[in-house]
Amino acid sequence: MARTEQQSNDRFNGKWFWRYASPAAFYPVAGTIEKLCWFLAISLTIVGLYIGFFRAPTDATQGEVYRVIYIHVPAAWMAMVIYLAMAFWCAIGLAFGTRLSFMMSHALAPTGAIMAAISLWTGALWGRPTWGTYWVWDARLTSTLILFFLYVGYIALAAAFDDKKKGDRASALIALIGAVNVPIIYFSVQWWNTLHQGASVRPGGSSMATIMLTAMMIMAFAFWAYCIAVAMNRLRTQIIERERSAAWIQSSVRK
Amino acid sequence: MTLKQKRLGLIAAGLLLLSSAVGLVLYALQDNLQFFYTPTQVKSGEAPQSRAFRVGGLVEAGSVKRTGLDVSFQVTDTAQIVPVTYTGILPDLFKEGKGVVAQGTLGPDGVFRAKEVLAKHDENYMPPEAQAAVDKAHQARERAQKTLK
Repeated sequence: MARTEQQSNDRFNGKWFWRYASPAAFYPVAGTIEKLCWFLAISLTIVGLYIGFFRAPTDATQGEVYRVIYIHVPAAWMAMVIYLAMAFWCAIGLAFGTRLSFMMSHALAPTGAIMAAISLWTGALWGRPTWGTYWVWDARLTSTLILFFLYVGYIALAAAFDDKKKGDRASALIALIGAVNVPIIYFSVQWWNTLHQGASVRPGGSSMATIMLTAMMIMAFAFWAYCIAVAMNRLRTQIIERERSAAWIQSSVRK
Repeated sequence: MTLKQKRLGLIAAGLLLLSSAVGLVLYALQDNLQFFYTPTQVKSGEAPQSRAFRVGGLVEAGSVKRTGLDVSFQVTDTAQIVPVTYTGILPDLFKEGKGVVAQGTLGPDGVFRAKEVLAKHDENYMPPEAQAAVDKAHQARERAQKTLK
């Protein structure tokens, strides 16, 4: 079963990146990415929150409560992006039978669920003073709640099988089918009348004051870095857990 | 590699089928997925007559009248107007010229009796000074239009 590096290089016509489909080869790379992303996440959060809370002005109509966007919007974006990333890795895993792809997807799921929960929670806290209600069943809010349930369903199904491979395949189906929900969330505010406002940041323009937008984009990058960092951490744990009988782990433990 | 390409193709075809199915379902449910009806839809009879629904639009400038907790105002989509009455506390962001969504029933007299009024915020975020500048520009333009007439 175990392939040497040389064999795998031959197999993939020497395309270097295929090598990193091997958990053993990707393990140290994931460690480097994790460290780099922790550094980025912490420094960008400090800068982003400083600009957002102390430099950006008050909003004309909403007052101070608008500052929730520095958390709410990046969290909502990440909730959608992570789900698409999961679907992507699950599709790759199903098609190519690469076990690292499934581990990647499992590593992303809890973070995605947390991001969906944060966006729903902060949205509710913002909705009460601005709209006058914590929750309404409009298309944007409902589809985001469904996204949260999809994450939870994915995690539960993956954990429900004793045979890890079966769990991988079954949960991959949830990831793929649920991916249809992501464009629905994004376009819900265009397709239907919703209480939730339309997008402030669109490709090619925004309807926000520049300094507010700057702070929000910095926070968005901070959220990206945080999500990658924790996903890489979880991925490394997954690799050790699942490949514990592999020679490279055994030998590094014995050392 | 052919098996893998086949599997990838199968997944892509499955997703395509699924998304078109979902698309058709959503298209069929279009009306039920609307959070509110616009005044134009209400006037043309698209809104339900016998049960409660929501009407949404902008609060017509100068239409808000308060007597104690009783409020009456007009919701407009710049084409049609629906008069609304409501008793209770309005959300902080309720303002003339701003977005509003009211839930209630339409009376036979064409007046919408709201049980709940929510403010709908727009996607613009700007500091108060910028808002003041925008308002000033609006007023200047209106004045200019009046003088030109």
